[in-house]
Amino acid sequence: MKLINQWPQYYKKNVVTHYCPGCGHGVVHRIIAEVLEELDVGKRSLLVCPAGCAVLAYHYLDIDVIESAHGRGTAIATGVSRANPDLFVISYQGDGDLSAIGTAETIHSANRGENITVIFINNAVYGMTGGQMAPTTILDQGTTTTPLGRNSTLDGYPLHITDVVAAFPGVAYAERVTVATPGGIRKTKKAITNAFQTQIEGLGYSIVEVLSPCPTNWKMTPLQACRWITEEMSKEYQPGLLTDKREEKRKQKG
Amino acid sequence: MNKVFMSGNHTIAEAAIRAGCKCYFGYPITPQNELGEYMAANLRQAGGTFIQSESEIAAINMVVGAAASGVRAMTSSSSPGISLKQEGISFLSGFELPAVIVNMMRGGPGMGNIAPAQGDYYQSTRGGGHGDYRTPVLAPASVQELADLTMVAFDLADRYRTPVMLIGDGMMGQMKEPVVFPELVKQLPEKKWALKGRGEGPSRYLASLILDGLENERHNWKLVRKYQEIADCETRYELYMMEDAEYAVVAYGTTARIIKGAIKRARREGIPVGLIRPITLFPFPEKVLQEIAHRIKGFLVFEMSTGQMVDDVRLALADYQVKVEFHGRPGGIIPTPLEFSRVINRHYRRMKK
Repeated sequence: MKLINQWPQYYKKNVVTHYCPGCGHGVVHRIIAEVLEELDVGKRSLLVCPAGCAVLAYHYLDIDVIESAHGRGTAIATGVSRANPDLFVISYQGDGDLSAIGTAETIHSANRGENITVIFINNAVYGMTGGQMAPTTILDQGTTTTPLGRNSTLDGYPLHITDVVAAFPGVAYAERVTVATPGGIRKTKKAITNAFQTQIEGLGYSIVEVLSPCPTNWKMTPLQACRWITEEMSKEYQPGLLTDKREEKRKQKG
Repeated sequence: MNKVFMSGNHTIAEAAIRAGCKCYFGYPITPQNELGEYMAANLRQAGGTFIQSESEIAAINMVVGAAASGVRAMTSSSSPGISLKQEGISFLSGFELPAVIVNMMRGGPGMGNIAPAQGDYYQSTRGGGHGDYRTPVLAPASVQELADLTMVAFDLADRYRTPVMLIGDGMMGQMKEPVVFPELVKQLPEKKWALKGRGEGPSRYLASLILDGLENERHNWKLVRKYQEIADCETRYELYMMEDAEYAVVAYGTTARIIKGAIKRARREGIPVGLIRPITLFPFPEKVLQEIAHRIKGFLVFEMSTGQMVDDVRLALADYQVKVEFHGRPGGIIPTPLEFSRVINRHYRRMKK
């Protein structure tokens, strides 16, 4: 019999999940574990995990992990990567972490072209603190701090931060994907593979934005949440490649 | 190495490179800019990393990353910038990561001014950031001591896995004096705990999130035991003309330097006064105060602040029947030896009554 799939080496076994039913973190964690194994970088990896639901990522991923204060993930990743350029460094961040409190760190680590990979989980809401508005909350979306829906006059507009950093010369690879459908999950794996390869080749900053369901805070069933990503959230944040300067970077490197 | 003539800020940078510091991250702020500039010019050449970060907050978190992966790392700033770094210093303490943080204090609060002051004593010695932690604080009073204590700061940080602060002020940073640098550190201590990828071993993590209350309490008590050990083994101070002194001045850093002139003047006038200079502000050298309290008629605390270290002197002497008085100049005013000697004279006459 041919073995077509097995438990990833860097994904811990027999761990009870703390994520809510229908949450996207588990899917993305598993993809990261699979790609680390496929590209053979798990043993020299250091994951920076964020404040928020994914702070306990070390319960699941069997690689070295350091926690970060709110928003500081890419600053820590910068310190790790500059101190030890041989390490493979991932900063795993949510939307509040990356595009609100950590905006400065996000912008400047990307602009410096740090040789790190950012996995950006966008669920358009603050998850762990109980469903408040995030910079990525879409217009009219209800949250605990936009009870009547996000109003652009009062609350500003959804922030497309990955589009912003994708324009920087230091950013080698940026793609937006979704884990709301099986096809989306396959594309997510491809994008994460590309992003990791970017770092392995030393081409600079790479980021993958993942539109990810948060059924608990959206007050939906997991199925409704996936449908909402496909039908509503994807209109605001269209999945697709945002920049790919890898060829150009390879030429620069010689 | 021969004696060289160097500014305080350059001296700290050179000493750090000699101590094996491989990463410097900082954001410009007066009066300590020469430190970062020296690192930009020399640390990269020495095979290290210099980043001018986007903020103080980013700088201290880059230090977190470098320290976590086992490298000697430092940042420097001045008062308002140190306030921004407090978040990271709290995390370094929680993670138990070694790092050196330099604060060349200026006149505050708020923007204040760029003149020398000592208004960050509370912030430095009480933890400063959130949570139950303390930071060892070294307070040099000469350029030579800046060089020596920078080396000490890195050693203490590694030995106890804790952030260590080196505090001076605008005057310490800007003034030039002859200095002989300690030898280059060739062998750094092994850091088995450092995260360098799991390799063939088990994976590890550095976290300060401890959801279980009892476990978090244990962690906090463990930190307290560490600070107690630092207090027992690493308290430093200098005694100046204290052998026969009946009155003792307590002062640190720039203030202590100026006081020495005032004490010489007072001695010429027949006042038996000496100086106790804390070199570590945390741990505070309380035992030395207590040991001599029985023969001292009065303590006089001088600070370039409205009175912060004086609290530690009063705490140390709480069980002793001895007067503690205070004289301070906040806001970036540097007192002259003449002003100090007048104050000593006035207090001497009052205490004698």
